[in-house]
Amino acid sequence: MEVLVALLAFALLAVVIAVIAAPLRASLARPPERKRERVSPERAELEAEREAKYREIRDAELDFRTGKLSREDYASLDAALRSEGLEILNRLEALDDRPKTDPEVED
Amino acid sequence: MRLVVALSAAVLLASALIYTSFSAASPALSPSQLLRQAQPGRSYQLTGKVVAGSVRHEGDGLDFSVADRVGGTAIPVSYSGTVPDPFREGREVIVTVEKQGGRFVGERNSLITKCPSKYKTAPAGEKQNY
Amino acid sequence: MADLGRICLLLALVVCAYGIFAAVYGVRTGRVEFSESARRAVYALAIILTTAFAVLEIAFLRNDFAFNTVADTSSRTTPTFYRAAAVWSSQEGSLLLWAWLLSLWSSLALFLVRRRMRDIAAYATAVLLGFAAFFISLMIFYATPFATTSPAPAEGVGLDPLLRFPTMMIHPPMLYSGYTLCTIPLAFAVGALATRRVDADWIKAIRRFAFAAWLFLGVGILLGARWSYSELGWGGYWGWDAVENASLMPWLTGTAFLHSLMIQEKRGMLKVWNVSLVLATGTLAVMGTFLVRSGILNSIHAFGGATLGVPFVVLIGILIAGSIYLVVSRRDVLRSEHRLDSLLSRESLFLANNVVLVALCFVIFWGTYFPLISEALTGTEASVGPPWFDRYTVPLALILVLLSGIGPVIAWRRATLANARRNFLAPLLGALATLVVLVAAGVTERPFALAMFCCAGFVFASVAQEFVRGTRARRAIAGEPPPLALLALVRRNRRRYGGYVVHVGIAVLFVGVAASSSFQHAVEQRIAVGGSTRVGSYTIRYVRPTATITPKEDRAHTGSTLALGAVLDVSKGKRHVATLRPSEGFYDSGEPAQGSVGHLIGGQAVSHISMSAGLTRDVWTAIAPDISTPALQRIVTIGNRTLSAEEAPIAIGVLAREYLKHPPAAEFHFIVSPLVMWIWIGGLIVFGGGLIAIWPAPSTVRRRVALRSRSAHGLARA
Repeated sequence: MEVLVALLAFALLAVVIAVIAAPLRASLARPPERKRERVSPERAELEAEREAKYREIRDAELDFRTGKLSREDYASLDAALRSEGLEILNRLEALDDRPKTDPEVED
Repeated sequence: MRLVVALSAAVLLASALIYTSFSAASPALSPSQLLRQAQPGRSYQLTGKVVAGSVRHEGDGLDFSVADRVGGTAIPVSYSGTVPDPFREGREVIVTVEKQGGRFVGERNSLITKCPSKYKTAPAGEKQNY
Repeated sequence: MADLGRICLLLALVVCAYGIFAAVYGVRTGRVEFSESARRAVYALAIILTTAFAVLEIAFLRNDFAFNTVADTSSRTTPTFYRAAAVWSSQEGSLLLWAWLLSLWSSLALFLVRRRMRDIAAYATAVLLGFAAFFISLMIFYATPFATTSPAPAEGVGLDPLLRFPTMMIHPPMLYSGYTLCTIPLAFAVGALATRRVDADWIKAIRRFAFAAWLFLGVGILLGARWSYSELGWGGYWGWDAVENASLMPWLTGTAFLHSLMIQEKRGMLKVWNVSLVLATGTLAVMGTFLVRSGILNSIHAFGGATLGVPFVVLIGILIAGSIYLVVSRRDVLRSEHRLDSLLSRESLFLANNVVLVALCFVIFWGTYFPLISEALTGTEASVGPPWFDRYTVPLALILVLLSGIGPVIAWRRATLANARRNFLAPLLGALATLVVLVAAGVTERPFALAMFCCAGFVFASVAQEFVRGTRARRAIAGEPPPLALLALVRRNRRRYGGYVVHVGIAVLFVGVAASSSFQHAVEQRIAVGGSTRVGSYTIRYVRPTATITPKEDRAHTGSTLALGAVLDVSKGKRHVATLRPSEGFYDSGEPAQGSVGHLIGGQAVSHISMSAGLTRDVWTAIAPDISTPALQRIVTIGNRTLSAEEAPIAIGVLAREYLKHPPAAEFHFIVSPLVMWIWIGGLIVFGGGLIAIWPAPSTVRRRVALRSRSAHGLARA
């Protein structure tokens, strides 16, 4: 029993060390560079804001179609939301190196 | 301005809450404390251990004595109502009592019994609806 | 094997310490490999704790009584299912469960965000590992699950019979999952505050975890209520007990957060409020865990005598102080970007909802911790009972339900007053119709219940109107037949319509609560065989007694030596409704001092209730048989004197026969509660609606509105 316990303990220790040390060993093999996130924080922030704005526009439309907004109120709200959306898109573009075409469907 | 109104409303509600809680609460006392402080007409939560050999069925109800957790003073209680499953001599209980004349009468269905082991994930006693 | 367990705990603590160091170091110096290593430390922790849990679980299944925990809570005669679940019925076992679940959920959360929010995730890792280290330290220094005795005892004490119910064994893992999941948003909030990035991206990430916490906690609470109702001999589902309240409070703040989250998303407002809610939810969850174990409050679960009190108080103190510090020092980042456009908007209703939920939480907090507060302020420990709680929670619950009926009718951002007024017509008619019907039916003596029913009617009509109009709108665009239009509508607007379903569920649940508490008929009576009594509109007759003897090697789930009960016939007028068989099980106490026969039935007595559950009402029955009659007692005394331990079971047979031949009158407790079933149905609807709301929409459905054209007019729509 004691032998079994010792073996299991060692195996566990080995697994733990392997799991934890992997990134450290990998960075030693390669010259350490300040790896950037796939998506920078600013970009992630703007993309999240963009999604939220799209959602707001769709919600406003549904609000209008289910009779909660008058036509005039909806028109002005929709215009306001779209211009806010455009602003976000502009800021996103400014962030990019290459110009983007239409916003694509994300998955 | 809106904030001021909201805060005042909150403060008012909170004060009502606080005031009623103090007047509606019943103090938890051990038997020795109860003997010293009990006033007739007020209800108290008597906490302590059921004294071995003191449990007697009296018609519809139960008579038993409650002692301090560390032993010592014991108070006889006349109780009626449902008795929780874990109730037994030596167990810790809480029962709401009122001093009537020279006796302590337990409020109907107010008996709570503690489960014997020191930690349970589950309610080990029964609680009665008021 | 216990050694392996102990090694695991020590290794886990070391890994936690390393992880905390690596995470903070990685963030501070920008050396990403350390942040990654810290994340992997959480994975490693999960592996280690899984091993430790497996060791304990195997010990239970193998009846390894060398383990103190196994000897204390299990026995050879405990059925396998309960043996497996007994792991978490003790202090030390439940600590291990908590830590293990925390490591699993944390691993999942960090895995899901592994490519984003690197800095925030690093701080979150440190916080989560800090929690884990706390619980692991408790296990190493205060209450270890791997303590052993040598030589091992031959037999264990066995599981407390009160816990031998299936629901009760699933309740802790569910509840602990809820509690541990509450710490994840807290950890990410700390990370966001520390890196000064409390923004839209953080919201998006945290929503999932907040929802998962809300879901599991809610299910755990409901399971506990159901267990209490359907299996305990009390017949109630909620008693405002300290531990019940402790689990409800984080759920309330979590619900508030799920709503106010949307306001921050849309208007960039309420940032301080939101982080505070998240931090409060996590702290309340830790306080809830603490309440059960510290003995600091008198409740069903824990009586006086602190066991783990001090370390927890320290932890909670750190949490509160740390939260306040973070929020105050980051208040510049937490400034609102906008203000409310209009009071007549869904945003402001959400705000009202938040206020009510937080008020509810405060009331419950005050009442729950009142013994401590009163002791601190007046020197006497006093407690408040259910009537006090009801006085404040009932009106607040009414307002909450009412708000959920108003919400669907109001638009986001700024509603048109004329339209809103028009839209109120149908819901008001719904409420009025309910009122008229109920008053006509004579339901007038309980104003609060009546009010709740009307509010529910309001909600149902309001939501129905929304579904109808939405379907109509969808058909106007796509021309689908109504059922398909409805489906498409919900699929494309999950958050909105899922949310409506949740509110319907809540209304249904409260209808059940109001009906079952206000219109209950309860009778307690001593009845002899052949006798009967009236409960509400039902007649219950005691037909004959029952006695069941269970063999020592029992595979059934009760394991009682002797179960005495009754066959009851329930009828309404002339019609037979149900046959119920409540019983009381008498268990082995294992104390030879009670005598060879006495100890067989001298242990914990457990009431097995019998209930006829229906859509319109539940008929609940419990029995307390009288075994103190001279005839029965004589059998026990003679048996004690003349029979040895092996022969003693014979006397049990004699007892049973005597009881059946000359049954004494037994104490019965009957309760007829209307609409209880709808509480559980309502709960299911709530969670179903929640799942709809949180389910990610398929990408083909995600339309993108093209904003390319820079003119405000003529914008093409997808």
